[in-house]
Amino acid sequence: MSKPVARTIKVDTLARVEGEGALYVKLKGNEVHDVKLKIYEPPRFFEAFLRGRHFSEVPDLVARICGICPIAYQMSAVHAIERALGIEIDPSVRSLRRLFYCGEWIESHALHVYMLHAPDFLGYPDAIAMARDHQAVVQKGLRLKKAGNRIVALMGGREIHPVSAAVGGFYKAPAKSALNELVDDLKWALDASLETVRLVCGFDFPEFEQDYEFVSLSHPAEYPFNEGRIVSNRGLDIDASEYEENFREQHVEYSNALHSVVRGRDCYMVGPMARFNLNFDKLPEIARQAANDCGLKAPCRNPFRSIVVRAVELVFACDEALRIIRGYEPPALARAQATARASIGQAATEAPRGLLYHRYEIDQDELITSAKIVPPTSQNQKRIEEDLRSFVGQIATRSAEEITWKCEQAVRNYDPCISCATHFLRLHVERG
Amino acid sequence: MSLCIIGCGNLDRGDDAAGLLVARRLRNLGFERTGAEIVEKNGDILGLIDCWPRYEQVVLVDTSAPNDEPGKIFVWNASVEPLPEDLFHCSSHALGVREAVELARTMNCLPQRLSIVCIEGKQFTIGAPLSPEVERAVELVCQLIQGVIYGSSQMLPKQNETVFFPADSRISA
Repeated sequence: MSKPVARTIKVDTLARVEGEGALYVKLKGNEVHDVKLKIYEPPRFFEAFLRGRHFSEVPDLVARICGICPIAYQMSAVHAIERALGIEIDPSVRSLRRLFYCGEWIESHALHVYMLHAPDFLGYPDAIAMARDHQAVVQKGLRLKKAGNRIVALMGGREIHPVSAAVGGFYKAPAKSALNELVDDLKWALDASLETVRLVCGFDFPEFEQDYEFVSLSHPAEYPFNEGRIVSNRGLDIDASEYEENFREQHVEYSNALHSVVRGRDCYMVGPMARFNLNFDKLPEIARQAANDCGLKAPCRNPFRSIVVRAVELVFACDEALRIIRGYEPPALARAQATARASIGQAATEAPRGLLYHRYEIDQDELITSAKIVPPTSQNQKRIEEDLRSFVGQIATRSAEEITWKCEQAVRNYDPCISCATHFLRLHVERG
Repeated sequence: MSLCIIGCGNLDRGDDAAGLLVARRLRNLGFERTGAEIVEKNGDILGLIDCWPRYEQVVLVDTSAPNDEPGKIFVWNASVEPLPEDLFHCSSHALGVREAVELARTMNCLPQRLSIVCIEGKQFTIGAPLSPEVERAVELVCQLIQGVIYGSSQMLPKQNETVFFPADSRISA
């Protein structure tokens, strides 16, 4: 009997993801022997250099962790510090923070759906090649992204690394007239998002489902952004303060990002699919209808359909932004004052890519003595490897080139932000 | 002539700050008074595509990946020639300057004339200072652009040509 042929599939630099990483798959015959998502972007030590800083500096510092999702970092930070210091925020500030998050979800999801993930389904190596045949599609994606950027620029003072979020609220609250200027753009964006759902639900999706533990925030009355309990489809229902008792980070030698697991169980998925599956009933009617019309039902267990879920979340974010603007009255106090006390606070919010946990310990001099940040990509990293392990088995008879393409697509299902996780991807498939 | 100078980069990552520093230096020298617009960009490069068609000429300055001569200055006439694929490999962003330029070319959104000025970087570590070679190149690029602003644009390629200035160049605008 002949020995099974050994193959190694290696992607040294994964394309169309944020940050730097590599993928390594070892096959013996058609059996998968090893899968490693290697995150080699160097660690950035944000948790260490937050120590000794005044708590009010944290939102501006953590915004520097990511150019795509700075608001998520700011929101998790301000909520954790406010919980530590017992600060109550004005209801209008609460709404403005949801609007701010809508902006980030719109720009991040539009970028991923149109520029990073759609080329996989339409058979192009990248958005540039796709634009030659689908110019109108790319233009729509860019305009959608711009609608999100406008919200972020208005709320945050600038598009990248915004500077207005503060512990207790915002340094400056926008005038109603300024928000009203966004309305026409957002009405267009809402229609465009509905068209996006119709476009992407027509793509061909591989038959691939996994038995996931989905983890996300859950709020009794709304689709989650900043508040709620951390829940899963396997019975988890905890406050953010109990996160570290229920989740464990573990180091793997080939990655500069830590892997996260549920204590006593295993890997889990955070992000749009988890939110959608655990909070479908909290979506506004227009988003639920868009999902129903294209046959997307909760629970969705096919990660390749995450592009449709992101499109549905685009509908939600545009609709929610319009709702908030219609009802907006400027807060009486844009920023509640903090009274210093030695304390610890934890919070989790929903970044576009999933749950983002922060914990801060503050001393009586108002300085940070310890910080912990668990980004969504590091929480998903082990889950991505498990997806690949199962998925490569299904396609192991295909050519190395096709396996490589499909594996990259499977990684992009998660829209990983490797820069965040270390605070990109190279694929290596070995047949041996 | 409507002219826009765009400096790209990241102030926190050593030589990656070069494009932004060129923009700031030109602004400090008062070049906006000549009618030229000076823009700093970090992160979202795709947003550039929207504004490009408004200008007759755009000069974009960024740092390129290390190769063999830190501080070497390359100038591409991107209006007529695609950018080399490996030029900006130092970016960890999914979509960078090359992708924005080529996407704009595909969608007919390029300005009439687009010059890409690259300064070859040496160090990109977070918190690192500018290397002496790149610091010098920043000054040279400011002089180069000064020539464009005052109409002596022979420093930039006319058509379909790529020029470079070695790290020890002297430019007199």
